[in-house]
Amino acid sequence: MTGFSRVQMIGVIAMVALIVLAPSVLYPVFLMKVLCFALFACAFNLLIGYVGLLSFGHAAFFGMGSYVSAWTIKHWGITAEVAILLGGATGAALGLVLGWLAIRRQGLYFAMITLALAQMVYFFCLQAPFTGGEDGIQQVPRGNLFGLVPLDSDMTIYWLVAVVFIAGFLLIHRIVHSPFGQILKAIRENEPRATSLGYRTNDYKLIAFVLSSMLAGIAGGTKALVFGIATLTDVHYSMSGEVVLMTLLGGLGTIFGPVMGALVVTAMENYLAQFGAWVTVTQGAIFMICVLAFRRGIIGEIGAKLKVAL
Amino acid sequence: MFTILGIPGPLLFGQLLLGVINGAFYAMLSLGLAVIFGMLNIINFAHGALFMMGAFVSWMLLNYLGIGYFPSLILSPLIVGIFGLILERTIISRLYKLDHVYGLLLTFGLALVIEGLFRNAYGSSGMPYRIPEALQGATNLGFMFLPNYRGWVVLVAIIVCLATWAVIEKTFLGARLRAATENAPLVQAFGVDVPRLITLTYGGGIALAAFAGVLAAPIYSVNPNMGSNFINTVFAVVVIGGMGSIMGSIVTGFGLGVIEGLTKVFYPQASATVIFLVMVIVLLAMPRGLFGKAV
Repeated sequence: MTGFSRVQMIGVIAMVALIVLAPSVLYPVFLMKVLCFALFACAFNLLIGYVGLLSFGHAAFFGMGSYVSAWTIKHWGITAEVAILLGGATGAALGLVLGWLAIRRQGLYFAMITLALAQMVYFFCLQAPFTGGEDGIQQVPRGNLFGLVPLDSDMTIYWLVAVVFIAGFLLIHRIVHSPFGQILKAIRENEPRATSLGYRTNDYKLIAFVLSSMLAGIAGGTKALVFGIATLTDVHYSMSGEVVLMTLLGGLGTIFGPVMGALVVTAMENYLAQFGAWVTVTQGAIFMICVLAFRRGIIGEIGAKLKVAL
Repeated sequence: MFTILGIPGPLLFGQLLLGVINGAFYAMLSLGLAVIFGMLNIINFAHGALFMMGAFVSWMLLNYLGIGYFPSLILSPLIVGIFGLILERTIISRLYKLDHVYGLLLTFGLALVIEGLFRNAYGSSGMPYRIPEALQGATNLGFMFLPNYRGWVVLVAIIVCLATWAVIEKTFLGARLRAATENAPLVQAFGVDVPRLITLTYGGGIALAAFAGVLAAPIYSVNPNMGSNFINTVFAVVVIGGMGSIMGSIVTGFGLGVIEGLTKVFYPQASATVIFLVMVIVLLAMPRGLFGKAV
């Protein structure tokens, strides 16, 4: 009924258990970073994994979500959940415009157009006064949840981030396993055929694009509250590359892959941060290895070994 | 001092010249991308990184071996082009049977590796490359002073673009290349070594990017990010022009450079985004691009 197979159900329970237990072992801020990127990667995977659309501009939604959440909570003093939702609404609105333009072309052109449109958003953020340009929006307060619970303690906001992530994760699963999701997969497999069956494929693609960018905006907004800062890094095209890397490494089109990918990439960046540009070299090398030898990704390979879809 | 539309003439022509120079680089880079896309069916994301490598190789030739600008205008594209041949043979050729998206992801990773390695070795601040003595100074054209080197870049870029066009459209090799782009199995059945043609195409496209890199070295400082700064704009140029036509790439490249230059004069705030705005308009009006064929 939930759309999860038995093995997947075990996987979900194990993941939730890990999210609950992990902060007693690991640094909560690191875990929150992983969860924000995991949600971002899951949102990206919704497009590449289930509709077959490679967006190279997802940083635009993540970054703008992050800017809007940070700006509204800082200047309007709204509550945390409203700020995050506004981030999601920003992602969705931007996704509607960019997606509407980009779905006019397919395949590699789609990737190039999303990249170029996101670059335009980047230049906009660089010049627009409200983003603070190179400085970004700093000293963003975490605010209060529902106006009641102050989120200043890392552990309190951790539970909020965990709930946001799990809700997003389940929503994506629900979308993928709905009749709507089945049509998305049909479009991925054979778009002309889906058209000939009477589906307006462009409408479906656009809705999927908006859902994905909305979740990316929510992830960005959550990250802005956790770290108290929204900067150009979040909207730069290398962030788009990073989310592609996470999803590819974890496994395109798998349920748990993006989460695993986000964990590995974030951990790697933490440990390699002291080595400067070697992070970039390592990321590039992982990209190449994944494409050449490891196309199913970590979770995809495990699933193939166990002969189950994960 | 005279003015045009309220803008001082020297300012207008100065920005126009900068625009034409940027356009020259857009043209050379999008040309290589289009040729590679036609044969290999991949978007070469590493194009910007290899452009940067062209500039760096000429810098290294000068600083480590004392080889000057003019020899490295030949040597650097040759070295980077051979690097491209090796890349195609060892790595990229493994992807032809897969979805095209993997080619993009692989070359994106390649770009990260190349840029990261250069950033590790040389930092990201950039190193100057002196304009060769023969091309220093400026010429008074009456309405403006033209720095000789910039005039040289525009001239050479136009010659190289036209030469590439002539090779592809007017020679026997080019005819084979175009035929293989249309229908590779059939051309192979006629006894043409298509895999070798593909390798040469990639090497040629890369050499073109490296050549552009050498030309760019004295204008922009030689730094690891110079490629990625360009390449995102070049992708928009490619979308606007469509990748169907060689001449289309050249015209679109120069044209957009000029538009960018003019925007810098009349509305500087939009100069970074104007090319992307043009892309949006073209997507709305003619989704295939100005010179594109059906995709």
